[in-house]
Formats: sequence, structure tokens, C-alpha cells
Amino acid sequence: MRNIRFREALREAMIEEMERDDRVFLMGEEVGHYQGAYKVSEGMLEKFGEKRVIDTPIAEGGFAGIGVGAAMVGLRPIIEFMTWNFSAVAFDQILNNAAKVRQMSGGQLTCPIVFRGPNGSARQVGSQHSHSMEHFYATVPGLKLVAPSFPADAKGLMKAAIRDDNPVLVMESETLYGVKGDVPDDQDAIPLGKAAVVREGKDVTIVAYSRMTHVALEAAAALEKDGISAEIVDLRSLRPLDEDTIVASVQKTHRCVVVHEGWPYGGVGAEVSDRVQRLAFDALDAPILRVTTWDVPMPYNAKLELACLPQPDRVVAAVKQLVRRAQG
Amino acid sequence: MDQEPRAVPEARESLPPLTQPSGQLDKLAGLYRQMFLIRRVEEECARAYAEGKIGGFLHLYIGQEAVAVGALAALRHDDYVMTTYRDHGMALAKGMSARTLMAELWGKQTGCSQGLGGSMHLFDAKNSMLGGYGIVGGHIPLAAGVAFASKYRADGKVTLCFFGEGAVSIGGFHEGLSLAALWKLPIVFICENNEYSMGTPLSRSMSVEDVSMKALGYGIDRDRFFVDDVLEVEKRIGEAVQRARELSLPTLVEVRTYRFRGHSMSDPAKYRTKDELELQKKKDPLARARQKLVADGYGDARLEQMEKEIEAEVADAVKFADESPEPDASILEATTYVGPFAS
Repeated sequence: MRNIRFREALREAMIEEMERDDRVFLMGEEVGHYQGAYKVSEGMLEKFGEKRVIDTPIAEGGFAGIGVGAAMVGLRPIIEFMTWNFSAVAFDQILNNAAKVRQMSGGQLTCPIVFRGPNGSARQVGSQHSHSMEHFYATVPGLKLVAPSFPADAKGLMKAAIRDDNPVLVMESETLYGVKGDVPDDQDAIPLGKAAVVREGKDVTIVAYSRMTHVALEAAAALEKDGISAEIVDLRSLRPLDEDTIVASVQKTHRCVVVHEGWPYGGVGAEVSDRVQRLAFDALDAPILRVTTWDVPMPYNAKLELACLPQPDRVVAAVKQLVRRAQG
Repeated sequence: MDQEPRAVPEARESLPPLTQPSGQLDKLAGLYRQMFLIRRVEEECARAYAEGKIGGFLHLYIGQEAVAVGALAALRHDDYVMTTYRDHGMALAKGMSARTLMAELWGKQTGCSQGLGGSMHLFDAKNSMLGGYGIVGGHIPLAAGVAFASKYRADGKVTLCFFGEGAVSIGGFHEGLSLAALWKLPIVFICENNEYSMGTPLSRSMSVEDVSMKALGYGIDRDRFFVDDVLEVEKRIGEAVQRARELSLPTLVEVRTYRFRGHSMSDPAKYRTKDELELQKKKDPLARARQKLVADGYGDARLEQMEKEIEAEVADAVKFADESPEPDASILEATTYVGPFAS
């Protein structure tokens, strides 16, 4: 067991998979000579050379498409977006080509590709650099999507994503790259589509992923002081979504709060809410609540940005609202 | 080749004679056969569309056949092709059978994509036909990616990427060519300039009507010619294919052509005059290839026999498509994901 940073865990996964399979390569802006905009790929160019660690011009639509084309004929590209925000200009490649080529070809072709990079807000980077893109992508059949919260999951899910024969989107977080965690020496691939109960509790289920898992953990610690026991389900994988683990938890706690970055209209929280009410209606003692980013473009001002983003106190307030309702 | 394209007259009063040596007669006959098959398949598709057997959009290639047939004649069987939604001619020229193509357009399970792709998305992996794509310009980076894979693996294959002049204005064209040029990928970008992007003529869609000029900005080779003679298409595309295969260098080739039908079946093509269309039809490369074969002594009887065989092939394909079963909903999940469905 080693205690390593999130970015190191991702790097280890990529290196191990590239050593294992020479069809795997990494491509993106500043991944090579610059050593990665967030140093995730640090040292990889020196290890694998320019053939397999490939710097691109600023052309997300172009290099995302190049990755998809290369995957269609048998390579296994890892395409890094400097941030997922910039994938907006490559959306057509992911939506119309990566996700659909298997179906359009009647199953003749597959697209084993990984798109990865940091997602969600960072700190005061303004409205165009703070998107939570998972809500757009998770709706698309043909794609898989993971958003790990801890280094061990980051490594295991990245390895699974690279080995998967479908397009897999790995959503990381700039604010998690420096977070440390224990990673087993022999950390292998973690199956996609499996959530993890990262804190056991009995009064409420908090469903979260990525950085919001850490916010949920802070909220749970505060709630405990008030005698409320919160269970936290870390989704890890948004598509496929592990509804069995969510439902099992709600059947135990009878209350559910979903926490995520990104806007409240539609999205992952709405999807989780739908499944919980359909699959565990009789277990619920209260409506399902969502704690999300406010329904506005992200403001630059630090105070306003903090207010817009889900914070532990908003999660605590939502949980207390449910507990009071059930008691009342 | 040098950087200067061959001169292209903007308007032509009369056509130059087809000049390929008659030693290529059998070869020309083979290409004529493919062009005639494409023409007849599409005419039957137009009929089937009117009868309601084909749904959605149907973009016919009639008039442009010599581009696909000539260009693909310059390839090895395992070289790759990607094209637009106007893809019937390309699929047939790459080796798809009329049966498989028509069954797909009929939405049948025996089609190339089991009836899931339709007219705009013809795929034939075993013949390295990597598809027709419906978002203009979106497949250009994709094709560069296929060529990237060939260079990565050093497999010696060449990719041909076809698109219309309408795609030249969208970002995918720029990013695809820019990256292919930067990384010296073994690809030939072929702009089939049929003068209209849907209903908008060249003069209203491009500041510079010579598409091949774009190559200068990327520092890649270019070529530009009219599609008068299918053998000339093969020769000129062959030069670019050779450059891709031997030197791993991309080329932009603009082929001036013309579609005799509207953009799609719903387009009455009111944006052009009858006279213009009739003039263009007189230059039909299919008819000119036939005239050349007759003039060079291939023999009327042999041609008629060939055409009769194709009529039978097309009739058989229509019957096959008519009688084939529709796909079952049970195939949908397995054709969306490899392995278990991810919901």
C-alpha cells in the first residue's frame, strides 16, 4: 500500500496499460514536452517517446476525431482534454462518431477509446472553464462515464476504461489532483458500473461522485455531531449507473439526497432521483432532494462562486430538511 | 509533383476527347461496368423511395459516379475509404454488393448495417469501407485518425477521404487537413466539388472557388481536375495515393463534378436552370465512357450483354431487399455497446 496523489494514480494507470498494450497511446494538448497542463502525464514522454505521447495543436475537434478514427481501426487512444470544458468543441466527435459508429455500422466497428481530463469547477476560473460536462455526456447511449473521488479508484477505473472496448469518458477534477490516498501496490482494474459505500449510516443516503464525495463526507461529519447518521454512496461510475447499490442504501435509510456540481435542470441528480423513486418508492419517508450548483453561469467572484457550488452546509441543510419532515 | 495545379478552364465550350490509350479498353470496360451498376442501383432506389420502400433521406450520386469508381480503382483492396452521406457509389465501388446495399436502404436485417444505418451510413468493414457520415465535415478528422493508425502501425495502407465542397467551410475540414499535414499522414482528401452545397452555388458559399488553393496554407500537395474521364480520375488520384503510400504525405485533390439530381429526394433543384442541367448531362462521364468503348471497338454486343447482366443484378437486389426480414429490436443493445448494456 502506498499513499499517492490522485494525479500519480492516473499516471500509473496509463503507464501500466501502455506497457501492457502497445496499441495504447496518449494524445492531447501539452501532454508531452510540457509534461501535462496539470502534470498528470509528467515523465510519460521520456518513457514512451513521441510516437506514443503526442502533443497536439489546439484543435479538440480535430484530435478527438483522430482518436475516434484510430480506435475504429484497432488502436486504443487516450485523448486528454486539457479540461472537459474544451470538449464542447469536440462534442460532435464524441456524440456523433464515438458513441454511434458501432450502431451505424450494425456492429461491424467498435470504438475503444478513452477521453479524459479535469471536469467541473476549479477556483475562480469563470463561467467558460467551470462546466460539469458529465450531465451532457451521461445521457448518450454508446458512451460510458466514470468520475472517481479517490486515488485508488482513479487508478482502477482508468485501467478499466483503457481496457474497455467502448468509448469511456473519465472525468477528473483539478481540485482533486493533489489529494492523496492509499493505493494498493497491485491495484488492478475496477469494474465500471460499481458504486462504493464510502461511509455507512442509517438515517439518510447521500449520493455523490468526484469532488462532491469529499463535500458529502464533510457534511456527514457535521451531521454526526447533531446525531444524524449519513451513509454516502460514491457513484464512481455514472454510466452504467449502479442502481442496486443506491437502492439498497435507500431501503436502509429511507431518505436520499443527491449532491453534484452542475446545474439542477436534468442531469445526473435527476436521473438518480428518477431511479430511486421508481425502484424504492415504498422505502422513501421523504422526497428526494438534490444539492447542485445554482442555476446560473459560474461567476468569477470568489464569494459568489462558493455560494453557487454545493458546500457541506447546504448538504447538511438538505439532510436536516428531510429528517425534520420525517419526524414531523 | 509541383505545387502548381494543372490549368482548369472555368467554362468549356466543347469537351476534349478522351485520350487514354485503347490498350486500356478492358480496364475501361470494367470501370464502366461499376459506374453503370451504381447508376442503375440509384435509379431503382429513387423509384423505391417514391414507392415508400426507402425512408428518411436519400442523396443520389447520379452524375458523380466516375469520381468514386476512378478514385477507388487507384487503391489496394485493404486501403480505407470514408465518405459523406452521399455514399452509395462509394460503397459499391469498394465492393459492397447491390443486394447488401439495397437491403440496408430498405431497412432490412440483411443490409450492411442490419438496417440500423440506412442510406447515409453504409459500412463494409471487410472491404475497408469505413462509412458514410451525416454531419458535414465531421468525418474528415476521423479519416485523418484512420491514416494516423496506418502510420502508427506502419501497415502501408492509404486512406481516401471524400467530401463535398460544402464541407470546406466547416471546422472539421481545417482541423483534419491541418493535423494530417502536421503529422504527414498517408491520406488523400478528395473534394467532390459538384458546384452546389445543397442549394447554394459556389459563388455564394466560397470566397475562393478553387478549393485546391486551401492546400497551400497547409503546405501539402494539391491537384484539381474535371471528372471527364474515369481513367484520368484513376491516374490523378493514383499519383496522390502513391505519394501517401511511399512518402506518407497527404494531398488535397479537388475533382470538379456535377450531380444530375437534387441534393436529396426532397430537393427539386430550382436553384439551377434546365439549360445548365442539360449542358452538364451532355458531359456525363458514364455516357462518355460508353461512347469511348464503342468507338474503340469494344463491341456493342458485349456492352449490351454487360448491361443486361447488371439489370438482372439490380432486379435481383430489389427482390432480395423486398423479401428480406426486418431487424428485431433484440439487436439494438448489442449494437450499442460491446458487452453488457450500460444504462
